[in-house]
Amino acid sequence: MTEIAMPQIDAPGSKAQMRERAIQRFAWNDGFFRLLTQGAALAVLLILGGVIGSLIKGSIPAFQTFGFGFFTTQIWNPVTEKFGALAPIYGTVVTSAIAMAIAVPLGVGIAVFLTELCPPALRRPIGTAIELLAGIPSIIYGIWGLFVFAPFLQTYLQPFIIEIFSNVPVLNSLFAGPPYGIGILTASLILAIMVVPFVASISRDVFDTVPPMLKESAYGVGCTTWEVIWNVVIPYTRVGVIGGVMLGLGRALGETMAVTFVIGNAHKISGSLLAPGTTISASIANEFTEAVGDLYTSSVIALGLILFMITFVVLAIARIMLMRLEVQAGR
Amino acid sequence: MSSDSASARYPARRRRNAIWLGLSVAAAAIGLIGLVMILVVLVWKGFAGLSVAVFTQNTPPPGSAGGLLNAIVGSLLMTVIGVAVGTPLGMLAGTYLAEYGKYSRLAMVVRFINDILLSAPSIVIGLFIYEVMVAPMGHFSALAGAMALAVLVVPVVVRTTEDMLNLVPNTLREAGSALGMPRSLVIQRIGYRAVRAGLITGVLLAIARVSGETAPLLFTALNNQFFSTNLLRPMSSLPAVIFQFALSPYEDWQQLAWTGALIITLAVLALSIAARALTATTQQK
Repeated sequence: MTEIAMPQIDAPGSKAQMRERAIQRFAWNDGFFRLLTQGAALAVLLILGGVIGSLIKGSIPAFQTFGFGFFTTQIWNPVTEKFGALAPIYGTVVTSAIAMAIAVPLGVGIAVFLTELCPPALRRPIGTAIELLAGIPSIIYGIWGLFVFAPFLQTYLQPFIIEIFSNVPVLNSLFAGPPYGIGILTASLILAIMVVPFVASISRDVFDTVPPMLKESAYGVGCTTWEVIWNVVIPYTRVGVIGGVMLGLGRALGETMAVTFVIGNAHKISGSLLAPGTTISASIANEFTEAVGDLYTSSVIALGLILFMITFVVLAIARIMLMRLEVQAGR
Repeated sequence: MSSDSASARYPARRRRNAIWLGLSVAAAAIGLIGLVMILVVLVWKGFAGLSVAVFTQNTPPPGSAGGLLNAIVGSLLMTVIGVAVGTPLGMLAGTYLAEYGKYSRLAMVVRFINDILLSAPSIVIGLFIYEVMVAPMGHFSALAGAMALAVLVVPVVVRTTEDMLNLVPNTLREAGSALGMPRSLVIQRIGYRAVRAGLITGVLLAIARVSGETAPLLFTALNNQFFSTNLLRPMSSLPAVIFQFALSPYEDWQQLAWTGALIITLAVLALSIAARALTATTQQK
């Protein structure tokens, strides 16, 4: 039957045939577009795979030479080609920890102010200003830190800290030594300033997800504003705030330019927070183009791999936390 | 008795409320003052060196007058190429996440990975491009710098494209399908058009993000003292020049670094504000 029917459809220029062709073309284009988008989505995975793969490949010589000792030694000597990552890892962890200890209370405080206390007329302008500041390139913070903040610390804050803690047992070694201006503490403070807008804007968004009815019922039974924040808003949004904090931590850990300007780039672990140090990202930025020899280059790439792994874990936790909040809010 | 103790606790609760709220206001004040201070210093120091020469002359050797022309051109060129490469890829991937994949396992994984790439340390991206482009080619090049920027553009555009397409009402899509439009045309002719402003916003945000990036350029495009538009050779960029000049001991170089910093900041702020204004107009409609 089809054989008989075919010639009729095949007649050139017939409506049915044109329709058939159009549908075929549509179907082909449709499939092509779908594959194109799917390919692009796969490319995102490929980029991540490429990043991890190339870093692993580049760092093989370093790990083969130094083994696990790469993580536990702080010698960093390009002349004798002995490299250990302990000092940069220490610097990264310490600067980020101090930065978060300062930035989290400040950021959450700002978010509380914006959501609960701020006059409505100012709420949008201040919120927008904070979001814009979160987008300012980190090199700006770096140049400000080098020329304005570090000299300020050197002449005013650091001598003062050294002075008052000079007789306190633990703190005098933590804040010992000449006031260089640049160093671990300065880098931590700059990082804190950079992270504050992040924590503040995410916390504000998260606080806004609290259903007004919950807050109103707490006010209804006579809670003070602080009690509503502490007993209703924060428990309800805990996961999201932690997610925002982790996101800020991810930024602090990987931050390069702001830190490179003010940390002093010294490959040693010093007991004093005022002494120069280094972080993983600052070491890479300072030394990668100067690295001569395969082992030196490979050691710097190995630092990059360590940094990527640390931030990957932190950011993954952050995303999982924020996703859990989204599920909760969707319920 | 319980009501007695409750009213006895009332002043203490009031006090605690006042203390904590006071601290929160103080936090907001400290944070805002600190951030405003940075901008004031930047504008003050940057404006001091702003002149026509900054836009018409190349970076000088120490001790002589000059401008930032080669750095500005280099930054523009690499940003344009980076965005031109990264945007289509990001938009297509975002389209897959919002339209085709949605709840598929691939989409879940891509969404998660993309969010991580969004805030991954940019210096690591620089190392990646060095390994796959600079090392095999044997020399630093502007093209490698542009590719590093493209890698940073992709996650931003993926994210905004997906978010924006999710705002398209399903009834619009169904109306298109009911007319017999195939899926791809529904997306291109209805989806993209409905959220065109949002997609542009995403691109603006991506440009703002990469135009200040320094770390990935340090060992891909390197830097160049001279004017160059050759994509296969090292090229100067504003952030790299700021980095080099700020850390130098020469005062005229440091002044140029401040001016460059001001130019970048103004550009980034202008882009972010434009992106915001665009979003605001679409949301009103």
